Order: sequence, then structure tokens, then C-alpha cells
Amino acid sequence: MADKLRAAKKQPDHPLDDLLRRDRIPHIWCPGCGIGTAFSSCLNAIKSSGLERKNVVMVSGIGCSGRAAGYVNLDSFHTTHGRAIPFATGLKLGNPDLNVIVFSGDGDLFAIGGNHLIHAARRNMDMTVICVNNLNYGMTGGQVAATTPNMAKTTTTPRGNPETPFNLPHIAYAAGATFVARWTILNTREITKSIEEALLKKGFSFIEVLSPCPINYGRRNKESSQDTLKLYQEKTIIKNGAHPSEIDIDPEKGIILGKFVDLQQPTYIEKYDKICRSLMNH
Amino acid sequence: MEKAILTGKYYMTGDVACAEGALAAGCRFFGGYPITPATEIAERMAVRLPEVGGTFIQMEDEIAAMATVLGASWAGVKSMTATSGPGFSLMMENIGLGICTETPCVVVNVQRGGPSTGLPTQSAQGDMMQARWGSHGHYEIIALAPSSPQEIFYQTITAFNLSETYRLPVLIMSDEIIGHMSERVVIPDKKDIKTLCRPKPKGRKDRFKLYEPGPNGVAAMPAAGEGYNVHVTGLTHDEKGYPILTVETQMEMITRLTAKISKNLNDIIQTEPYFLDDAEMVLISYGVSARTSLAAVDIARKQGIKVGLLRLITVWPFPEEQICELAERVKRFITVEINMGQIHREVQRCVGGKAPVSLVGHPGGTIIPPDRVVEKLKEAF
Ligand code: SF4
Repeated sequence: MADKLRAAKKQPDHPLDDLLRRDRIPHIWCPGCGIGTAFSSCLNAIKSSGLERKNVVMVSGIGCSGRAAGYVNLDSFHTTHGRAIPFATGLKLGNPDLNVIVFSGDGDLFAIGGNHLIHAARRNMDMTVICVNNLNYGMTGGQVAATTPNMAKTTTTPRGNPETPFNLPHIAYAAGATFVARWTILNTREITKSIEEALLKKGFSFIEVLSPCPINYGRRNKESSQDTLKLYQEKTIIKNGAHPSEIDIDPEKGIILGKFVDLQQPTYIEKYDKICRSLMNH
Repeated sequence: MEKAILTGKYYMTGDVACAEGALAAGCRFFGGYPITPATEIAERMAVRLPEVGGTFIQMEDEIAAMATVLGASWAGVKSMTATSGPGFSLMMENIGLGICTETPCVVVNVQRGGPSTGLPTQSAQGDMMQARWGSHGHYEIIALAPSSPQEIFYQTITAFNLSETYRLPVLIMSDEIIGHMSERVVIPDKKDIKTLCRPKPKGRKDRFKLYEPGPNGVAAMPAAGEGYNVHVTGLTHDEKGYPILTVETQMEMITRLTAKISKNLNDIIQTEPYFLDDAEMVLISYGVSARTSLAAVDIARKQGIKVGLLRLITVWPFPEEQICELAERVKRFITVEINMGQIHREVQRCVGGKAPVSLVGHPGGTIIPPDRVVEKLKEAF
């Protein structure tokens, strides 16, 4: 009887339950935030990839997106600000059987952690990096980021951002990433597919996911979550194979989405084994 | 496959002996960044690790190097890095993550003159307090100080054993002279080298708690990929590893992190007495300066001065009890170190005014000659 009652009271199952730390829900993300959508797309990709779960690990840095590692029911590492990629590098080199996902934000991966990102890409370190780009530092209250559009308002650029933002796929590509894609949180199926492809592919994969931060970025730039989604709907153009140098985020010209790069290159570990260990058998 | 333990007699620098000690301890990952006078440790590991099935990587900076060391440790591999002052400063952030997440690893600091770029090719012992408190927040740390290439070989093994036993980054505070000097180093047989590994979890995986203290206050540690679904965070966390940002959890976590060291001092602290039994004056020294002090004791004893030496093998945690005991019967203490009085302050604290404590210090760049210590002893005699 008690069992039946408990069963009746039990919350409905969520299809991703087995990949979530249910005892950590509710999450900290604000209403209208896009991180959750990027996160669930990532979990769907883990599921559909068919990879053995115990070998899939998630590493995050610091920030709103950096909290993802705290909600995934896998071996998960919430590291220091900007250092998710080198931490993930250590995990991968320590156990090459691991399938390593780095899930973090634009500030974490491209400002404080920018140096690590370009070098991991250059090495073709086998990992999948998912960067939720919300154009600002959300966790600390909405400061200017390396991705904030020129003239946009943030708490540290109250009269408008004088700087020029990074084009993230271009940096990843130029540094040597062998898989590069960009989507918005409206493209959940495409995000899932890209992440799945990246997980099953060897090498450094980079997926940018544009995502609204209504609470901090949106508020100061008169852009509600709906406005951002509308922008994603109306101003994006899917152009697979577009050259990453030509896809600066410019709503006037249209925001280019798609899979831009998909190359086969030997990974760091493959090269290390071949070059540095080859004398061992002689 | 090449041998990990090169049993035999060698003429080796301290840096090379350190690398060989690490390999003998079972270290199979090194993440580094070049810096004088520690580069030779990285260079040796770059040659040796792939020979024994391990991995060496040179990262883009010391921040990244330290991060890879933590990552590799969570993959289940004994891992280390080596650096000097400027790199040590950069590593402090992730040394803190290692302390907070209880990650075993070894960090070697081959000290040189500072602050800043300082004296890249000349010795100093100026990072001793940075070793103690360099990362933010309150924590306990273990730091060892080798006095010779032979000792750094053994100390690196000890450092790995302590890091695996107590689950934290263990620091080896070497210096330019020990790092670059060549001396006889004997590498023993494999069977004579004791190596310890982190405690492994037993029992049901779903009931496993990542930071539930075991009998000695230290929790068992699974590796990534073993199916424990661990969550590891640098946020204040509970025994399960989940971030709980409350005063109570902070209290519990800091108590756990500090107690595992402070309750095992007898197992951790090592010192070496030299002529202490009848000593009226005692030198307190460590690392390369302990060699100066040893020579000074010999010279002074010949001149009828009853002086002894307490050599600190473990510098952190500080051997408070031993110095407090000595303070009950000794007439004077002299700290000998290549800085302007870092460990000296600790000695003063422990002596607590019961005897005068003086310093023979030097801001760095050279070894302290024994004569300076003997002079000081004569002044006091
Ligand atoms: S601050 Fe912005 S990015 Fe962070 S959770 Fe809220 S809406 Fe999302």
C-alpha cells in the first residue's frame, strides 16, 4: 500500500532522468535562460551516441554554463575559471578511453581560458567543447565579454561596448579544431546532431550555441528572451560549410549557422603514440 | 619496455634524481612548462615517461600544466609537475582546486631568487611561506625540503606516498643548488621501494560518498571511468561532493580538509636531529641551508661550542611540538635559510620567548657560507 502511494506520488519520469542528478534539481538557471536547452541537447546527444556511459565525462569551468557539470549524472568536474580544457586534457591523457566533453560559457572558454582553447585545438586534443555563448558574463551580473557586440550595454560598458567581439568558430578553426559548428538554442535537433557527431569523431570538436541571457544581457539591451528567440528565428541563415572567417555575428547581414568544419586529422594521442613511443619496441 | 626503476649507482643532478624518484614512485603523468632551474625535471620526464607507458605533455603555461596534473590524477594516474617561483605563483590557483577536491599529486618547486623574475639561475628559499599559504583560503598543506640529489630521489617517493595517502597536492621545495648539483645517487631495488596508492572505494556504487572520511580521515577515491558518477567541484561541498554553499558545509569541509593533516602529524612530519642531545644552541634549517648548518655544527663543535641541528625534512606541517620541547632546555635558536626570515618566524612562534631566536638569512643568489653561522654562534656563545 505504502509502495503504491509512493508510486502515485512519484514525479513523472523525464526521458533524460538517467543522465540527470535528480537530487540536484532545481537548477540555478534563470527563467528564459537558454543554457538548459543547450544542456538537454547535449544529454540527448550523449544518449543517442550510444557511447558507454561510464566512459563519458563532463568538465566545466566557472559561470552559469559552468554549472552544467553539477547536474549531469556522469563523472563530472567543475573546475577553476577558464581551466576546464587543460583539466580535461589531463583526464584524456590519463585515460584515453574516456570520452571527454567540456561544457562551459564564452567568458570561461574564450577570455580567461582562451589560451587553453587555442592550444588544445592546435594539438587536436580529442575532446568535444560546447560553448554556450550568451554575449556576456551572466553569473557575475552582466559584464562585458569577449563576445559582447560592439556598442552593447553591460554593467562594465554602461555607455556601450567600445570593443570588437570574437568570432568563436573562426578562432577554433584557425587554431586547428577539426570539427566546428554553430547553432542557436532554437536548433535543438541540430545541436544534438552536431554534438553526437563530435562525440563519435576523434579530434578537437567545437560547437558554439547562441543562447539568450535575458536577466543580464537582455535587460540592459532591451531584448527579452522572446526578442532574442525571434532574432534567432528571423535573422539566422543555415549555411553548412561556410568559411569560418566569414561568419562574424552580425544580425544586419544575418547570423550564419551550420557545420563549418569536419576534417580528419590525427589526434594528439595518436601522434604521441606514434612519434614519442615508437622506439619502445626497438 | 624500459625499466621504471633504474636500480644502480649514478652521478646525477637533483633535478634528474627527482624525475627518477617520481618514476620509481609510480608517476606516469607529467604536465609541465619550461622554467629555470626546474626544466631538467621536465626534460628527463619527456624522455622517460613514454618509455614506461606514461605520458608527458608540455602545456601552454603553468596554469594549464597544473590543471592537467589534476585531471590526470582523477583519471587514476599518479601525476606531477615541476616549476620554479614564477610558475609556482601561476599554479597556486589549481593547487587550491587540488586541495579542495582532495586530488593527489606532486608539485616540485626548484626555488630561485625572487620576487618576480628575480634570479632565474641562482638559488633561494624564498617561497617557503608561499608554499604554506600561497593559494587563497584556509587549508593545510604538506611540503618537503630535500638537501641532496639522493634525498630528493627518496623524497619524491615520499611525496607521492603522502599525496596518495592524504589526497592532496604535496609540495617538494627544492632549490637551484640541489636541482643543478651532481652527486652520487643510489637507486635501490624495486623491492626496497615502498609505494602507496590512494584508497579505493569498496561497497555499493550508489551508496558511495566521494568525501566520506575513512579511518584516517581520508576518503576513498575512484577514478573517472569506473562508474561512480562522481561530482568533483571547487565550490564548497558536502561529503557527497555536491556544492552546498552554507556556513555549516564550509565549516564541515574545512574541518575535514585540515583534520586529515593535523590528526596525522606523527605519520607526516619527519625531521633529522644532529648533535641535539647535549646542545645548548640549536640551528633550525632545511634544504640546501641544512648543509651549511651541518658544516657549521662540525666547525663549532671543534671549537667547543655545544651546538646541534634540527633539520626539517618536512617543513609543512611545521614540527611545532618538537621545537616547543627543545625550547624548554635550549639556550638559543638560530634559523638558517636563504630568505630574510620565513621559517624563522615559525621558530619564533614555537619558541614563544623561552629563548632568543636569531636568523642567519640571505635574500638569495648564493648559498650561505658556514662561517656566517659559526660567527653568529660565537657571538652568542
Ligand atoms: S544570468 Fe543569464 S546566463 Fe546566467 S542563468 Fe541567468 S539568464 Fe542564464
